[in-house]
Amino acid sequence: MAGPELRRIRLWQDRVETEVEVAGRGSALVYLHGPWGLNPDRAFIERLAGTHTVYAPRHPGTTPGDPNGVHAFSDWLDLLVYYGELFDRLQLHGPTTFVGHSFGGLVAAELAATSPKSVGKLALIDPIGLWRDDLPVKNWMVLSDTERRPSLFADPKGEAAQQFFATPSDPDERVEVLAQFVWSQACTGKFVWPVPDRGLKRRIHRIAAPTLIVWGDTDRIIAPDYAKEFAKRIAGARVQMIAKAGHLPQLEQPETVAKAVLDFLGN
Amino acid sequence: MKVCMFHLMPYRDLPDDFQQRYKSAFIDPLWFDVADSEKVGQYYNATLDELLHAAKAGFHGLCTNQHHQNVYGFMANPSLMGSVLAKGTNGQNIAIIQLGSTLPSTSPPTRIAEEYAMLDCISGGRLIAGFPTGLPTDATISNAVVPVDQRERFREALELVIKAWSAREIFAWNGKHFQLGMVNLWPRPIQQPHPPIWIPGSGISSTAEYVVGLDHCFCHLSYYGAKNATTVTDRYWELAASKGRDDNPHRLSFLQLIGVADSDAEAEDIYGPHAEYFFHKLLYTPQYYQQIPGCLEYPALVQALRHNPRAEVKHSELKAKDLYERGFVMVGSPKTVREQLMEYMKRLRVGHLLTLLHFGSMPTELCKRNIDLFGREVLPHLAPLWDDEYEDRWWPQRLRAKRPAAVMAVA
Repeated sequence: MAGPELRRIRLWQDRVETEVEVAGRGSALVYLHGPWGLNPDRAFIERLAGTHTVYAPRHPGTTPGDPNGVHAFSDWLDLLVYYGELFDRLQLHGPTTFVGHSFGGLVAAELAATSPKSVGKLALIDPIGLWRDDLPVKNWMVLSDTERRPSLFADPKGEAAQQFFATPSDPDERVEVLAQFVWSQACTGKFVWPVPDRGLKRRIHRIAAPTLIVWGDTDRIIAPDYAKEFAKRIAGARVQMIAKAGHLPQLEQPETVAKAVLDFLGN
Repeated sequence: MKVCMFHLMPYRDLPDDFQQRYKSAFIDPLWFDVADSEKVGQYYNATLDELLHAAKAGFHGLCTNQHHQNVYGFMANPSLMGSVLAKGTNGQNIAIIQLGSTLPSTSPPTRIAEEYAMLDCISGGRLIAGFPTGLPTDATISNAVVPVDQRERFREALELVIKAWSAREIFAWNGKHFQLGMVNLWPRPIQQPHPPIWIPGSGISSTAEYVVGLDHCFCHLSYYGAKNATTVTDRYWELAASKGRDDNPHRLSFLQLIGVADSDAEAEDIYGPHAEYFFHKLLYTPQYYQQIPGCLEYPALVQALRHNPRAEVKHSELKAKDLYERGFVMVGSPKTVREQLMEYMKRLRVGHLLTLLHFGSMPTELCKRNIDLFGREVLPHLAPLWDDEYEDRWWPQRLRAKRPAAVMAVA
């Protein structure tokens, strides 16, 4: 399969450069990645691209070559309006399908709440954005090397975890990959530090799109109980738990997650 | 040169199994399991006594600093300490060096402008205004600063503070991180347009460039000693030259852990447990607390990933003799210490030496003895360095004319 088409787009009064990977054929689907950048999700995106034209933008500041793009934003409102501008530029008019993971899930949910008519269907994979004092979300930006793997993956030694943490042997490439890994957390973290609750709970009732909530049953970043918290606030939302998966079920169980999402989208 | 006393105000009586019970000196130790408020009250008082003792022993300045939620040093508001020192040293030629309040985590930052102006007024114009960006854990975990915003907030806040100190008219501040409708600060510092500004940094990165660009004093606050500082200081002086700045050594302040006794052997013996306590227990901070994503700007992050020499130092494996041999802690007789310091201060071109004469679990009597010996037998030898050639433009004007004579320590 040919690699995705890369589009570099300058936005936000020319202060931000965003790379969007476009792949596949079919109705439009926007995929919003989590805190660790777009790269880990490529294989999963390919699965969605079998039946959809997938637009996968990188969050501001995480596009290689434009680390300072993140400083063009002040707050959460800026980020949402920026995404409106990006989708206009991509000519994604009318109700569009959104799939988002973790931080990307929060952004997708927020877009669906603030602009209900622009979101056709919504699939959220282990989204952040709600908060329960009895189940605090683990701060994924402050994890020791020994904590990180078991926090992110159901099977810390499994193939998905190995791949996720693999670094190239070439020293320059290694630095680039690690820098991207850290900086992606920094840029997405800007919008949700120190507690990932930007007030979605006050706006979530506005989500009108049919919604699927997918959750790794061993998520140790944001507990699976949060699936119910999302579902009870979104009319008609359906929950699908994924066995043997942590916070990144699309990496640990890609086939199951892709099938769940694609079935929901009507393929 | 100016020789100053620096203090961290650490917890001095941690349990032996502290490192087994907790994974870090920062954030994790539970107050009610480890600490005692009565005891901490004694520490604060002892810290102030030790600093005031250094003032009497002829030191040129007293340094405080701000840290949070840790056992390593918890002057949570250094202005509280500074005000006691300012009042207690009135009539003495001592600089009050606040090194200092952290701008990114104080909102609005005019609060610090006010506190510093109060200190300058109370001390009669003896304040040095230090502005650290703050350790990652202090700023981002204890005070919720967004990591990637830390430096941007710092720069905006400093600009606001300087304007607030010197503006003749009421002004509005409409910044990215701070907004204030009417700024008309009361009081203003005696030193106008602003007291000398010192900015700490641990290496040469965007902060050092910023400091040189604005012609402030850069403080290399390293715990790894003068012996290991040449790379940083050489780069600093290259940076200064490249920006068209002169080679005035007072552009640079440097911190050193020091223990003086009657003989080398005695010094090695009596300071050993406290040096180990400092490196094993107080500097016990895992990398993930120091490397929170966003705290380093992107170019600095890339640089750190390419080469991070500090990552190679395993404190827990170093015994006192290793700490001495490696030069992290400088101990010895007055002769040994002054010879080493003289050599290194010249080599590094340091204009302000910040001596950490209290470290780790050191009891107050030993700290005062250290201060006395250093003040009497080391400091007077260092003080004349650079004086003939360079003016210290980063020192309070009123203290520049006459160097305080090193007085005999009061026992």
